[in-house]
Amino acid sequence: MSLRRPSKEQPKNFEFNPDSLEAAKAIIAKYPKDKQQSAVMALLYIAQKQNSNWIPLSAMKCIGKFLDMPYIKVYEVATFYTMYNLAPVGKHFIQVCTTTPCMIRGAYKLVEACKEKISENENELSKNQSCSWMEVECLGACVNAPMMQINNDYYEDLDKEKTLKILDKILTGKTLKPGSYRGRINNEPENNRKTLMDLKNA
Amino acid sequence: MLKLKVNEIDIEVEEGLTVLQACEKAGVEIPRFCYHEKLSIAGNCRMCLVELEKSPKPVASCAMPAAEGMNIKTNTEFVEKARKGVMEFLLANHPLDCPVCDQGGECDLQDQSMFYGVDKSRYKENKRNVSEKNMGPLIKTQMTRCIHCTRCVRFATEVAGVTEIGAIGRGEDMEITTYLEQSMQSELSANVVDLCPVGALTSKPYVFEARPWELKKTESIDVMDAIGSNIRVDTYGWEVKRILPRINEDINEEWISDKTRYACDGLLNQRLDTPYIKDNGKFEKASWSEVFNIIKSKFKNTEKDKICGITGDLVNMETLYLFKEFFNKTLGSYNVESRRDHTYLNPKKRENYLFNSTINGIEEADFILLIGSNPRYEATILNARIRKAYLQNKTKIISLNDVGDLTYPYESLDGDIENIKKITEDNHEVSSLIKEAKKPLIIFGQSSLKSKSAKYIVESVKSFLEKNNKISEEWNSLNTISENASTVGSFDLGLYKTVDGSNEVLKDLENHMFEIVYLLGVDNLKFEKKNEFIIYQGSHGDKGAEIADIILPGAAYTEQNGYYTNLEGKIQKAFKASYPPEEAKEDWLIINELAEAMNHRKLFNDKDELDSSLLNQINLYIEKNKSIKSSNVENLEFKQDILKVNNQDYYYSNAIARASKTMFECKSAKTNLKLTGTEG
Repeated sequence: MSLRRPSKEQPKNFEFNPDSLEAAKAIIAKYPKDKQQSAVMALLYIAQKQNSNWIPLSAMKCIGKFLDMPYIKVYEVATFYTMYNLAPVGKHFIQVCTTTPCMIRGAYKLVEACKEKISENENELSKNQSCSWMEVECLGACVNAPMMQINNDYYEDLDKEKTLKILDKILTGKTLKPGSYRGRINNEPENNRKTLMDLKNA
Repeated sequence: MLKLKVNEIDIEVEEGLTVLQACEKAGVEIPRFCYHEKLSIAGNCRMCLVELEKSPKPVASCAMPAAEGMNIKTNTEFVEKARKGVMEFLLANHPLDCPVCDQGGECDLQDQSMFYGVDKSRYKENKRNVSEKNMGPLIKTQMTRCIHCTRCVRFATEVAGVTEIGAIGRGEDMEITTYLEQSMQSELSANVVDLCPVGALTSKPYVFEARPWELKKTESIDVMDAIGSNIRVDTYGWEVKRILPRINEDINEEWISDKTRYACDGLLNQRLDTPYIKDNGKFEKASWSEVFNIIKSKFKNTEKDKICGITGDLVNMETLYLFKEFFNKTLGSYNVESRRDHTYLNPKKRENYLFNSTINGIEEADFILLIGSNPRYEATILNARIRKAYLQNKTKIISLNDVGDLTYPYESLDGDIENIKKITEDNHEVSSLIKEAKKPLIIFGQSSLKSKSAKYIVESVKSFLEKNNKISEEWNSLNTISENASTVGSFDLGLYKTVDGSNEVLKDLENHMFEIVYLLGVDNLKFEKKNEFIIYQGSHGDKGAEIADIILPGAAYTEQNGYYTNLEGKIQKAFKASYPPEEAKEDWLIINELAEAMNHRKLFNDKDELDSSLLNQINLYIEKNKSIKSSNVENLEFKQDILKVNNQDYYYSNAIARASKTMFECKSAKTNLKLTGTEG
């Protein structure tokens, strides 16, 4: 886990758009009166969604005022959790899981592919400014390892070749069907196997 | 009461204590970094691990409540191994720069690593590097040394009431930071330097000045405000290197204000080191006998009524007493006054000018009304107490004026004196709040005492309180925040001419009725000089010395023993830590020698005689004053007026602070901040 710093280039203002505002109010309504500060994590996520997948400092200030809590407290929360992006990321934001199960199944090949196609380093925009990638901890899809997440979708059962193909398409602006790339439906067993009965030592 | 065992010794402790506190009661010291008595419990340094019977793992004693029948062990091998492990982790990223660290010699980490440190490091990786943070002109940061105890964060949020410091990131990458890149917006900010157990936050003005073991430590009393904070003065030779707080639970707890701590570099600048005589508008150096001769001939050739004496804000009580004796006995004049402006004073009863509820009493109060006061600047430590009271009991606080951020929420009225009229006529919602409260606290600030309606405000509120039985032996809700360290002492010693609240000496002075004016450490006097002959006695070449014809160089508060009475009426003694520069003398000595020069007789033979005479006088006065029945002032005149709160120039309020470079930096840091508008 690398040290996460807020971007040097920051927009001056941030305000919730009507949709976000509605979502934020719905979340605050879940908490008792005067405990609205509990909504800070959800609101940060809403802000991140609204602001093309990253949270500027002005958004933290805005949330601080919105929830009547000190700015530094919002800042602390935003810097603590790794899934809040503090600097701009690509329109297509690629997160490669490198936790143990994926790693064993060749996750670093995926990282290599990202380095080739997108950028040498993590959190750097691709040449056409549309993509960026980063290594992340377990995304909870170990059964389909190795895998990566692009925006809200999981791309599973990958290898280097498949990843390169996906990245090529993504870079040209096309989106692909998410899910398994070895023809599995969700996480069903491979080779049409329905039970483990025929397997020895299962 | 709980019965438990610490190292096989049976003890009984009250409920609600932590294991660490129980161990301390048993006389066992527990090492700690993050735990601090005055702050909330964090439990994140893990240094205070102890062994608890039936617990498989060591327990962080600072965060564990003590319970019945606990068997705590602190001296086993298990505990030592656990603490050594914690220490090894703390030292993994801590730089080995003790020789160039200002905390060296008084560093908790240094001390405790002597017991629990391992002599070799098993850590082969690079050490963490953390960028420095800008925390203004008072606090120097060296964040690589930080061990993340979060004491500073908790102090800023809880005690100082400014949520500006926080811990960002996590794990090894955690950093303490302020987002402002500016000094903290608090007058208590430098207390984080004392709290920091390592050298991450150190004192910027004191950087590389001295090592703690080289300094002479003198326990003394602060004079920057009327609180009388208990301080320790550290000197190296003549120089006062730094000032630190001393614990006094009744007054300043563990904190002191930034002015108290950092105005001390003003003791080195602008000092008057030899007597001066003004000759054709220029000051010429002179000897003591020369100036005494001139003063003597001047006094001899002037009528008694044409001489007046005014005393200043930092003068100790011995000198005040002697000054009055000198005027009354040697000169035969009664024109002695301690107020430098038209502050209202009703000296008939001592409670009229004291903070009667006491500083500790603030925590018991259930309602607070501020009248013409900004306690944040008038008495910083007292304001911290009000905040503490608010946090503990959610005390309701109302201020007559909106005075800006006080670090706690309060309701404000519009500042109209009409409100006071309504309150005292039982015609306002505040009246019922006062009446319903068991222990209300009414605080008069300097702005109300200096306003034209001062007499009306103070006396009408007082009679309202008396009528409703809020001034009694058990609880006296009448409180005044005195202006200076010597204010209460001066009033106790009777340094005023009239008892009706007006300041006649000053009026006559403004009308140029006097021929000789003796200023004793007076630097805050607004006065256009005409033909008066002005004698100035004091420590600094400030506003008073500027207009003087003769200058007598005196000593500052760290250079002489002296009594001060704080705003609650507590007498405390400030001790001599250093000595006056060159020809300068202690203040009482100058007046005593002047008296001798005048008529060949000293007023007092030595300091002891003066001290005992002074204390007798004060004790007699206090005893006598107790039996006086308070009399209400009749026929109060109400005039339409709006009360304005003048925020005094906090960092520049007296001669020492004005001579201090650090205070100048603080002041400019603050004004710059206002100009850019980055706050809030």
